[in-house]
Amino acid sequence: MNEMAEQAQDGTVYSEAEDQAHQPPYQFAAYRSSLQRGPSQALIHLPSLYDGFEYGQAVEGQAHLGARFRCRDKERDLIRNGSHGGPPIGERIVVSGRVLDANGAPVVGALVEIWQANASGRYLHKVDQHDAPLDPNFLGAGRCISDRDGGYRFYTIKPGAYPWQNHANAWRPQHIHFSVLGNSLGQRLVTQMYFPGDPLLALDPIFGAVPRAAAARLISSFDLGITEPEFALGYRFDIVLAGTRATPAEEDAES
Amino acid sequence: MSEQEGLLAPTPAQTVGPYFAVGLTPKGTDNPLGIAVGNEIEGQGEAIELSGWVFDGGGAIVEDALIEIAQADGGGRFDDPGFLGFARSDNAILPDKRYFFRTVKPGPVTPGQAPYISVIVHMRGLLRQAHTRIYFSDEMASNIADPVYTQLPDERRDSLIALRSTELGSVRYRFDIHMQGERETLFFNL
Ligand SMILES: [Fe+2]
Repeated sequence: MNEMAEQAQDGTVYSEAEDQAHQPPYQFAAYRSSLQRGPSQALIHLPSLYDGFEYGQAVEGQAHLGARFRCRDKERDLIRNGSHGGPPIGERIVVSGRVLDANGAPVVGALVEIWQANASGRYLHKVDQHDAPLDPNFLGAGRCISDRDGGYRFYTIKPGAYPWQNHANAWRPQHIHFSVLGNSLGQRLVTQMYFPGDPLLALDPIFGAVPRAAAARLISSFDLGITEPEFALGYRFDIVLAGTRATPAEEDAES
Repeated sequence: MSEQEGLLAPTPAQTVGPYFAVGLTPKGTDNPLGIAVGNEIEGQGEAIELSGWVFDGGGAIVEDALIEIAQADGGGRFDDPGFLGFARSDNAILPDKRYFFRTVKPGPVTPGQAPYISVIVHMRGLLRQAHTRIYFSDEMASNIADPVYTQLPDERRDSLIALRSTELGSVRYRFDIHMQGERETLFFNL
C-alpha cells in the first residue's frame, strides 16, 4: 500500500498512484498549453473527512442535486433544439449511457451537459474561426438529468473532426464534450467522449495524455440496442464518477 | 498498485476546451436553451461579490477559464430549503476578464471550522480540473484554527485568502488564481 493512501469515511481509499493510473497529468508536453496552465506544485490531499460537508450534503433530504435544475425534454435533443425550420445536416446519432458511482450504483439526478462541433467540425462560438460552415439548424448544446437508473439519452449529429493549433497538421478526433455534476464535489467530472475506430485518436495529445488502459473508457461503443430503427445509430457511453454515496432507494421511488 | 477491490475505475477527465460557453455559460454564443447554472447564489447571509483574475505560468491573464464555486449559506448549511450553493462564471463575464459571482458569505459548517468556499477551475490547457478553496481575510483567527487550513504549508496557504473590501456599499472579495509561478495557488486533490 502506498504511504499516501488514506481511508475515507465512505470506505474508499485515496492513493496518489491510483489517481495517476486513471487520470491525465496536469502537464503533458505534447499538449502545449498544459505547460503554461497546469499546476506545477504537488497537490495537497484534502481528507474526505472534510469533503463530506460539500454540497452533497445539501441533497440528502431533498431528492438530488439534479432535482434543483429544470431541464426540459427538448434540451436533450440537439437534432431539434437549434432548428430554425429545418433539420441540421449530418449523421443523426443517439448517445446514451448510465452515470455510476465507484460501487456501480446509479447516480440519480446528475446534471449531464454536452456541447460539440457540428457535422463540419465547427462550433457555434465566436472564437472558433475554422473555415467550415456553421449550420443554421444546429446549436451543438444539450443537457439532461440522469434518471433513477442513472441513465441519460441524447439525440444529436455526429460531430466532425476539426483542426487546432497545437502542432503542425493537428486535428482533434471526433468528440462530444461532457460535463457531469453528481452529488458532491468529488463527483464533478468534465470529459470528452470519442468514437470507436477513429484514426485520429492515436495522434491526439489530449486523449493521449490519459494512461493507455484508462483511455479506453473515453471511447463510446456502437450499440445496436441503443440504435433506433430507420432513424439513428446508437453509441453507449457509461460514466463512472469517483466516490460512493449511499442512496436510500425508498426516497428515490417517492421523489 | 492494483485496482481497489470491487470498485469501478473512474472515467478519466479531459480538458473543458476553449468552447465550453456553447453549453455551460452565457457568453460566446446566444444559446436559446439558456443555461442550467448561473453566477449567483441566493441564500441567507451577508451579500458579497467575489471576483478575480486567473493567471497562467507566464503571468498572462487567462481569458477562457471556467470557475465554479460550491459553498454553504450564511448559517453554515447546505440544506436550507431552496438553497443551492453552486454557481459558475466564465471570465468573459466582465470586460477586464475577471470571473464574477454574487453570493453570500458562508458561515462555518461545524464549530471550529473556518468559513470557506470550494472552487473548481477548468480551462483549455488543463487536462483535468483543479480544486482549491477560498478562505476570508477578515476571518484570520478562525482560519488559523481551522482543521484544514492549519495543516497547510505556511508559505502557500496565503494563496487561499480572499481580500475583503467595501466599495460603493458592496462587500467585495478579490481572489486571484495563479496556475503556476511564485504565487501558485495551492490546489487540492480530493
Ligand atoms: Fe472540442
